[in-house]
Amino acid sequence: MVDYFWTTIWPWIIWTPILKTIQSLAFIVPLLILIAYIIYADRKIWAAVQLRRGPNVVGPWGLLQSFADMAKFLLKEPIIPSGSNKVLFLLAPLITAFVTIAVWAVIPIGSGWPADDGTTWVVANINVGILYVLAISSLEVYGIIIGGWASNSKYPFLSALRSAGQMISYEVSIGFVIVTVLLCVGSLNLTDIVLAQRTGLANWLGVPSLTILNWFWLPLFPMFIVFFISALAETNRPPFDLPEAESELVAGFMVEYSSSLYMLFMLGEYLAVTFMCAMTTILFLGGWLPPADIAIFNWIPGVVWFMLKLWLVFFMFAMVKAFVPRYRYDQLMRLGWKVFLPLSLFMVVAVASVLHFFDLAP
Amino acid sequence: MGIADLFFYLFSALTIGSAVMVISARNPVHAVMFLILAFINAAGLFLLLGAEFLAMLLIIVYVGAVAVLFLFVVMMLDVDFAELRAGYMKYFPVGATIGFIVLGELMALFGAWKSDGGISVTPKAPIPDAATITNTEAIGQVLYTEYIFYFEAVGIILLTAMVGAIVLTFRQNENAKRQNIGDQVARTPETSIEIKKVETGKGI
Repeated sequence: MVDYFWTTIWPWIIWTPILKTIQSLAFIVPLLILIAYIIYADRKIWAAVQLRRGPNVVGPWGLLQSFADMAKFLLKEPIIPSGSNKVLFLLAPLITAFVTIAVWAVIPIGSGWPADDGTTWVVANINVGILYVLAISSLEVYGIIIGGWASNSKYPFLSALRSAGQMISYEVSIGFVIVTVLLCVGSLNLTDIVLAQRTGLANWLGVPSLTILNWFWLPLFPMFIVFFISALAETNRPPFDLPEAESELVAGFMVEYSSSLYMLFMLGEYLAVTFMCAMTTILFLGGWLPPADIAIFNWIPGVVWFMLKLWLVFFMFAMVKAFVPRYRYDQLMRLGWKVFLPLSLFMVVAVASVLHFFDLAP
Repeated sequence: MGIADLFFYLFSALTIGSAVMVISARNPVHAVMFLILAFINAAGLFLLLGAEFLAMLLIIVYVGAVAVLFLFVVMMLDVDFAELRAGYMKYFPVGATIGFIVLGELMALFGAWKSDGGISVTPKAPIPDAATITNTEAIGQVLYTEYIFYFEAVGIILLTAMVGAIVLTFRQNENAKRQNIGDQVARTPETSIEIKKVETGKGI
């Protein structure tokens, strides 16, 4: 019995959950702090484009604004509409927040440092990482659709239907874009996808030290753009923020939500945006790999490169929000189904044919 | 009893419990929610079998797409619950008979399988040793080579169903105004605006 405890119960029931909890916390807490500054950066960039100051009161340069907002959300009273379906009304923001955090479990953010010993900084290094990402992010739509329905109100409901339609439409083209990348990698593991970008076009062109050319953004260039735009639509970012089009639907599916429940939706939205930045980094910008084969670049830890690339992609997200006017719903659907879907489908066939006939397939 | 057994009973109990709730929940939206829970727990059972590819696919296809459409339909329809329950007792014997037939068939099948010492026929395309290859690769190796015609036939059936559904429901409205994106993009200042000098006190 004592042996059974030490061989089975202790390592699998007690120690592994504790270890995984510690690992997850070590990942989630910095992630949430990152989100606070992503929100701050979003507002600052938007303000700068419009020649405003943006948040500048709480803390130096307004750096603590997001934390002040969080405290305000938590301290306010949550209002639950009397006609709402209470259980589902409370469940919806929890689903959104849970799902958008859970999807980060498979994201590799760096490699061993200072010496690259082949290890990866990732909570769960699973073989079907990409499928896990697709599976979990397909659950994100439930938070929105349940929230809209449970509010028992017209505007949230219409907005939830719009949003669900939009997310499902763009998931299709995102899936095909990911397939083109997977064809070049030959594995569903996210770490393998990053490592596959260590060699490629730069070696072909005879400039192996310019490792930035190895990343998939160049050989799969049209797909990089399609993925970026689809990511905007998938996360309901402007110019595709129709679900919360304030001019027609007040504020979308979260009209009836207040205080901490609203905060969970907001958190989920920005977690999803940041996640899409991370996915763009991993699929097309070489994850944690340095952009050139220089000693000092190689010495900088991979996680720093990862964060730099993530912020670069997020900067583009923020600039698009500031520059581009909102799409109409039929234009959005036309773009998804009539432009991106045929284009990405064609690219899957084209990439597969090139890999097959030039014998490049891994 | 190992850890895997514990999770097996947890997932099975939740699957069966939520499946029962699917048919007994009064609110159809709740029923769809329990259906989703059943799907997710079934995916957990697949994971315990080591079939991680199927588990993820079950969630992507059924939870991510099919159940969302169910939810759409159920939320949009104005369902009259009293009317739905009216014929319950009338249809109950038929439903129960079908249920028992399926149950009996399954029990007979598993009984035969167990007493026969597993599957006696050799698989058409033996997959490599599970230790040397992930099951995603194993499926990929047989699906697009050995079973390519079945795979394509399934694809064509689904396409036909989709085209059929669109043809049956599509109504062309002659009066609807449509935007031709090509025309819009091809517009230039010369074709769309006209500059006029307006004299004071006179219209155009």
